[in-house]
Amino acid sequence: MPVQSIFPRLEPLLPRVQKPIQYVGGELNSQVKDWDEAEVRWALMYPDAYEVGLPNQGVQILYEILNERDGVLAERTYSVWPDMEAVMREHGLPQFTVDAHRPVAAFDVFGVSFSTELGYTNLLTALDLAGIPLRAADRGAEHPIVLAGGHAAFNPEPIADFLDAAVLGDGEEVALAITEVVREWKAEGEPDGRDGLLLRLAASGGVYVPRFYDVSYLPDGRIQRVAPNRPGVPWRVEKHTVMDLDQWPYPRKPLVPLAETVHERFSVEIFRGCTRGCRFCQAGMITRPVRERSITTIGAMVEQGLSESGFQEVGLLSLSSADHSEIGEVAKGLADRYEGTNTSLSLPSTRVDAFNITLANEFSRGGRRSGLTFAPEGGSERMRKVINKMVTEDDLIRTVGTAYENGWRQVKLYFMCGLPTEEDEDVLAIAGMARRVIQAGREATGRKDIRCTVSIGGFVPKPHTPFQWAAQCDHETVDRRLHALKDALRADREYGRAIGLRYHDGRPSIIEGLLSRGDRRVGEVIRAVWEDGGRFDGWSEHFSFERWTAAAGKVFAGQPVDLDWYTVRERDEVEVLPWDHLDAGLDREWLWQDWQDAVDETEVEDCRWTPCYDCGVCPTMGTEIQIGPTGKKLLPLSVV
Amino acid sequence: MPEGPAPAPVIQRLRVRYAKRGRLRFTSHRDISRAVERAVRRAGIPVAFSAGFTPHPKISYAGAAATGVASEAEYLEIGLTETRDPARVRDELDAALPAGLDIVDVVPVRAGRAGDAPVKPGAFTDRLQASRWRIRLDGVSYDDAAAAVAAFLDAGEIEVERLTKKGRRRFDVRAAVQALEAQSPEPDRRAAEAADAPCAILRMVVRHSTPAVRPDDILTGLRQVADLAPPSPPLVTRLAQGPLDAATGGLADPLDPDRESGLPSGDDAETARDRTRPQPGDAASADAVSA
Repeated sequence: MPVQSIFPRLEPLLPRVQKPIQYVGGELNSQVKDWDEAEVRWALMYPDAYEVGLPNQGVQILYEILNERDGVLAERTYSVWPDMEAVMREHGLPQFTVDAHRPVAAFDVFGVSFSTELGYTNLLTALDLAGIPLRAADRGAEHPIVLAGGHAAFNPEPIADFLDAAVLGDGEEVALAITEVVREWKAEGEPDGRDGLLLRLAASGGVYVPRFYDVSYLPDGRIQRVAPNRPGVPWRVEKHTVMDLDQWPYPRKPLVPLAETVHERFSVEIFRGCTRGCRFCQAGMITRPVRERSITTIGAMVEQGLSESGFQEVGLLSLSSADHSEIGEVAKGLADRYEGTNTSLSLPSTRVDAFNITLANEFSRGGRRSGLTFAPEGGSERMRKVINKMVTEDDLIRTVGTAYENGWRQVKLYFMCGLPTEEDEDVLAIAGMARRVIQAGREATGRKDIRCTVSIGGFVPKPHTPFQWAAQCDHETVDRRLHALKDALRADREYGRAIGLRYHDGRPSIIEGLLSRGDRRVGEVIRAVWEDGGRFDGWSEHFSFERWTAAAGKVFAGQPVDLDWYTVRERDEVEVLPWDHLDAGLDREWLWQDWQDAVDETEVEDCRWTPCYDCGVCPTMGTEIQIGPTGKKLLPLSVV
Repeated sequence: MPEGPAPAPVIQRLRVRYAKRGRLRFTSHRDISRAVERAVRRAGIPVAFSAGFTPHPKISYAGAAATGVASEAEYLEIGLTETRDPARVRDELDAALPAGLDIVDVVPVRAGRAGDAPVKPGAFTDRLQASRWRIRLDGVSYDDAAAAVAAFLDAGEIEVERLTKKGRRRFDVRAAVQALEAQSPEPDRRAAEAADAPCAILRMVVRHSTPAVRPDDILTGLRQVADLAPPSPPLVTRLAQGPLDAATGGLADPLDPDRESGLPSGDDAETARDRTRPQPGDAASADAVSA
């Protein structure tokens, strides 16, 4: 059956919406494959606006890997803004892909990548616009398999009713494996219909199909048990781990948008995973072990990515980029290679460490030294022990002093508020640290124009971390502590004016907390919010706390659970957590011990440089730490 | 000041005519400027950079058609640190740009000889005195369009109101209109479209003025004088811009003065010019609107 482009119907409507360019596709390196020649067709979605979704690495990697295969086609779709949604509803236009403007409902698999739980309402908008029933149970043979991935998929229970399946972990290999299952099932004449396909995926052990698991509850609201309801379906579903990143050097041909997006650069993941062991960090827990990409592959990817895209900036991505075993060589090699070409290099996510100043100097060779960012995360020494962010205040002051001496004029410091065991004084300690930073800067440079910006986010306990049992701090307390900090800075005559403070109110974090640690009963709240007009919850101008609390109040009425039960309640060791049947490889007993260590303010070392501390990932998942050094160097490019 | 040597000076300046066609007419001016900068890098064209902490490539734009308006005749100027064959630059830059942003013509700006008065800035934009526009009005019959055009041309002054950068302003649109006529769609389309969907084409030459009289201002004027109200958004294409011959009402090619002053790349550029320059108003450029 031929699937038509909806573009002729869309085009006359584009002058009516904001930034129409985001809906027309045609990006450099995008591709449109023949529909009829493809046996398996994927629609890939990042459930946020195009400007945020297009640069997403996960979607770009899968798009390229899938399209490289014969008989496989992948196109992309993003959340449409409310003005476009209204126009589409008025004219009966379905959710479409930006590549060939095909209706999403016509694809075999609708894969949605969730970096954050705040995209859940946008999933419902896309399903509804696509004409796909919101509840998976209402879908028929003609509908795509709705599949979730990304970090939020490590607890997909709040959206379990809307999903057919979810995958945990690295997507490269499992996307191809799923493709093969779909291809075989179609080639065999789709035996047992939709159920047959989902059963095959579930039986593979690497795809979670929520409908094949029953959840029962205790009278007090806690989960009693999560158990498979079909033979052949595993009790636990494991995450996927790609070993040897050098075998997967993607993106090779980065998408270059015409529209302006949040990241205008070519990004190379220099390693995956992190074992620093910061206890608040879900990414650092669920992406273990550390797997480095080699310096030579990094060099080749940068070269190819720049020449394919024309980008002027390279970002070296990872959870803690300066931890790459050969980062010094990588930085120097790239800085040498691109000197005089007006290509800039950036290294997001770095730790507080004097070595990073050397790196930053290398990266800004000949350019302006404007701002450096560090993330102590906790204001007091005690707090940093609780979260296992091992940096002393003296280290930090020494580091920023060196930064100012080297010509950097502005330092940005990231913190969290609402951490477990936090007291008012832990947050007020941020003011003291910021004062010392300015003082150190003035001493190092003899100048008065030193600035420091303090950015504070609200802490949200996440599944698969030692803090998964913790009580989330209520938003009233978070707001009170932030106001006290603001007052303390404002009252400081000597340094206050040199310190900027950025923070958001604590209420969105409570909703993120509900969605992060929620179970299947939260799905009805998401649906009620969406029906009430909830969209783009990650955007402060669209987010409505009242809408969420009203929906939660209505849905949970008469139930033993409520918003507080999901968020500010501490769990005990024996409680069945909604994601216990989803296996990130972390040993539950180790996580519990790490939680106890946190409360005791005991730190744990990084297993890359000290003996294994038995988090459980490597033996469970059959993986190992892959780090250098390789001893190789980057060669300068020969200029043609 | 940044460390290191001063940036390499501009050795050659090229004037580039480009088109934005089809769905890429929805690019904004900023979108185009990013795309061009990236294409220049991809194509390895030795663009000069400004000095300072945040060096910018030396690419400047002469006006720009609005977002959503297609164009066959947009202009930019690019400064190079080495001399390049303009025909090769045209091909390489075109290949590096997404389809729909297309390079039409590249000519070198004749370098001033020693002793010449320096070329004054804005000299090129001074050549862009008027634009020829084509507006496709789906759902409007030729007769209605022709009647509205007649009423428009009969009027001595037509004041419209629009939000400009300086706030809401009222200004006359009639005086800037050098020529305006209604047409039926091209013969090959007529058969297909006349049956179920009426369609009229407006062609016009509008002088550049301050405030700028845009095609949608003319449409506002047509609505005011004759209630012409297209049911769907009009498709607007700039077909040409350049010096206005007041006697004939025609537009000359604004790049001709550069060509006339002698071409460093001689015959190559001449051939290339003949090969790629669409004649204003020919079928190919008109079709681009709905590509």
